[in-house]
This record gives sequence, C-alpha cells and structure tokens, in this order.
Amino acid sequence: MEQEITFMEKMLKIDRRIIFALIALAVIIPMMMNLQFPVRPSPIVKTIFEKVESLPDGSIVLMSFDFGPSTVPENEPMGDALLYHCMLKNHKVCMMALWPTGEAEGQKAITRVITSEFPNKKYGEDYIMLGFKAGNQGLINAIFTDLKGMYTTDANGVDINSFPMMTGVDNLKAFDLILGVCSGKPGLKEWVQFAGDRGDIPVAGGVTAVEAPLLYPYYPKQLLGLMGGLQGAAELQAAVFDKYPQYEKYLINCSGATNAVRNMGPQTVAHLVIIFFVVVGNIAFFAQQRRNKRSRME
Amino acid sequence: MTFSEYFVLWVGGLLTLMIFSFLYRDNPLYKFAEHLFVGVSAAYWMVVAFWTTLIPNLFGYLYPPLLGAFTSSPEEAKMVIDNLTNIHWYERWLRLVPLVFGLMMLTRLLPKGQWLARWPMAFIIGFAAGTNLTRYLQSDFIAQIKSTLIPLIVVVDGSFLLGPTITNWVIVFGVISALIYFFFSKEHKGWFGGTARGGIWVLMVAFGAAFGYTVMARISLLIGRMSFLGEWISNGFGA
Repeated sequence: MEQEITFMEKMLKIDRRIIFALIALAVIIPMMMNLQFPVRPSPIVKTIFEKVESLPDGSIVLMSFDFGPSTVPENEPMGDALLYHCMLKNHKVCMMALWPTGEAEGQKAITRVITSEFPNKKYGEDYIMLGFKAGNQGLINAIFTDLKGMYTTDANGVDINSFPMMTGVDNLKAFDLILGVCSGKPGLKEWVQFAGDRGDIPVAGGVTAVEAPLLYPYYPKQLLGLMGGLQGAAELQAAVFDKYPQYEKYLINCSGATNAVRNMGPQTVAHLVIIFFVVVGNIAFFAQQRRNKRSRME
Repeated sequence: MTFSEYFVLWVGGLLTLMIFSFLYRDNPLYKFAEHLFVGVSAAYWMVVAFWTTLIPNLFGYLYPPLLGAFTSSPEEAKMVIDNLTNIHWYERWLRLVPLVFGLMMLTRLLPKGQWLARWPMAFIIGFAAGTNLTRYLQSDFIAQIKSTLIPLIVVVDGSFLLGPTITNWVIVFGVISALIYFFFSKEHKGWFGGTARGGIWVLMVAFGAAFGYTVMARISLLIGRMSFLGEWISNGFGA
C-alpha cells in the first residue's frame, strides 16, 4: 500500500517536461507511421456537404477567409475541402476576407485547389477574389445592402462590373450560400448575426476548435452546419471523398497540414495520452487525499 | 526550390525550434524568437492598417490622385480617381471628421488635454453599441429563445422518436437550470436549489467540452508545426 501511494505521489509531481516529451512522441510517431483512423461525417458537418451538393449548378456561393497563418492547420483543410466541393459542383465562388491575412490564405487556396485541380475554371466567370476590406462586422453590414459600393474592384484592382459572374450580384441576398472559414472575431458568428439572420441567407462554415463551442447554440436554425476544428475538417474531407473518389488524388498530393483525415491519427493518439494523464492525475489526487485523511485519523 | 524559399524554410524551422525550447526552460533563444515575433506582428498590423484603412478610406478620399498613384495600371488609376472624384464633395470631405477624431485619440499621449480623447472614444462606443445591439438582440436573444421552444415529445409521422426527445429534454433542462443557477434574487434552496445544482452540472459539462475542444485545437497546431519541421528536414537539408 505504502509503495502504491509513493508511486501516486510521484505521478502528482511528474516533471511537466516528461509530459511534453510524451505528447511530442504521441504526435511524431503516428505521423511517421502514417497512422489513420476511419472518419465518418457527423450530422452537423454532413448538412454542409448536402447543402453544397443540393444547390443547382451555377449557384453563387460566398466564401469568406477569416483566419491567419496561426490557425492554418485547422482552417486550411476546411477551406480547401469547401472550395474543392464547390468547384466540383460548378458553383460560382466569390471569395473575400474580413481579416487582412485571410486574403493571402484565400489566394493560396485558389492556387492549391483551383489552379492545380480545376485548370479549366476561369477567373471572373467561375471564381473571383474580392480581397480584404477593413470594417469587421461593419463590412458585412455594408455589403448586405451594397456589395459593389464597398468592392468597386476585385483584389487585383480590376473593375468588379467587368466580371461576368458578378452580374446581378449587388448585395448579400444574391448569394445562395455563405461559407465562412473563420478563427475568431470577426468570423462565423458575425456572418450569422449580420448576414444570415438579417437576410435569411443560409450560413455555414468551419471554425477553430476553440471557437466551436461558442457556435453550437446557433445550429441548426441559425447556422446550417458547422465544422469544429480538425475533426470537422476531416469529416468534410471524408464526406467529399465518399462521394467523389477523385478527391483522393488531391488529398495524397496536398502538404502535411492540409490533409485533416491523415492528421486525425496523431490527434487521436495525443488525446489518448492526455486522457491517460487526466485519469492517472485524478486517481493520484484522490489516493493522496485518502492517505492524508487516514494519517489525520491516526 | 528557389533560394528565397530555402531561406524562408530555414528561418521558419530555426524559429520553431527556438520557440519549442521554452518547453525545456526559459532561455535567450526563446526570448529572441518571442521578441522578434512581437516586433514583426506590431509592424505588420501597423502597415496593414495604414494601407487598408488610412490610405483607401481617408487619404484617398481627401486627395484621389494619391490613391491612383498606388494602383497597378494606368487604367486602374483612372478608374479609382474617377470613382472618387465623382463622389459628392460633401461625402469626401466628411472624412475629415474621423481624421480629427483620430488626432484627438492621440492626445492621450500628451501631458495636458488628455480629456480630448474621450470624444472619439465615446463615438466609437456609441457606434459599436448601436450597430451591435439590434443584431445581438435578434440573433443571441430572440432567436436563441425561439431555438429553445422545442417539443418535449417528438412525434414524426405518427411515430415516437426517442433520440430527438431526449435531445430536446437535455436542451430545455440545460437552459432552464443554467439560467436558474445565475438567478441570485432567490435563495438556492429546495427545488430551486436542486435545479441550480443541476445548472452547475450543465455548466461543468459545457466547460469540459470547451476544454476538450481547446486540447484538440492545440494538438492541431502542434501537428501543423511538426508537419512543417518534417518538411524542413526533408527539403532544407537537401542538395
């Protein structure tokens, strides 16, 4: 008994660097072994896939890239999967950003997904990048009534009226779907508040895992669907892959951080290690409490 | 791989290792990387604010040729200048108001006259409150109440559905008990106290879920960094 308690005490005083090292190993080893687990889309993610799937060809979709490099491992796979799916379905995608860093992330998504996988898609006819404008939710408020008043040009400075796909797209109500790939404020919440609820426009998207619990209350009435962190991104990628096997080629070729399905392997193992330490820490804590109680009684 | 890509890869790899070194203990390399990040971030946001807000939204309106000078082609410059010049003079010169307010904000740095900064601050707070109030009231209050008004017994096409019924009970009980927990005008005793204790459990479950998601977010970032380091090792040490 004495030995068991000593071990528990050791567990309570374990050096944090040992935990860091074990977490690192829990991530590195599955990555090196390419360990993967099956991913099945949950209803909250499946609704996004089904909405994009059910829209008729040529539907106008707004995609907002509201994140920066710090959350790329979570947001990039979401954005790429959404863009890939929209391109497969021949939707016309209008891209913009509420974050200054979002425009660059959107441009990278265009290069990765459209330029390399859909070379026949034409800029201005099938997709467009409007770029970043300052104003946060004030910008959503403004483009809700007058998009072309705020965006007189695209991100390259070309007159917005010169692009065929922007004909008749004068405000947010012209869009069949708003997709946000967001990591904070302004983000998906603002798209729900200032566009979706106000104009009864379907809004869906993905957010970082930290942000996800704040968005759940909006589902399903105010938010069509939600991808929460890497798991949400992996679920959408799995949904696209199930229906369109050619998506596998993109997933195999994409860089390490973009493949969410593959990255769920190390994610799962790291979670198991953390759960192990939480359980052991709690057992050690209660064992110590029991020992202290006994020693007081003696 | 070009030299600049090679250089960026090495800088990123070394800075990642410097930041990770803090996990062992605080050290000068970590301090260097941290200070570099803070400085670069501050400069980046300053430049972004200048080029995306001050130039297009203020100086460009007051003096359109200035904005035209920063365009990529003469056609674009002409279009930008024409667009701005065609705007009514009143609308353009109204931009002097935010300019003056912006300068008043800077009076906080002066030894005297700091009170002038209260005016623009009051404007900002008033504008933000006015803009957000209606949307928050609609989306976070009324719509959320509507979302809670759900059937406690779910019957679809004449058949009882157990799963959705349990879900709806959890939502309704969770909302009511959590609200009761935050109601302090009545002592938490009897059935009221019991429900409030139920509210604590609901909050604990919510915090647990939030913690779990936070762990997932942090591990995702770690995976991203490890992927980058893998790329650095495989490409950065090549010929």
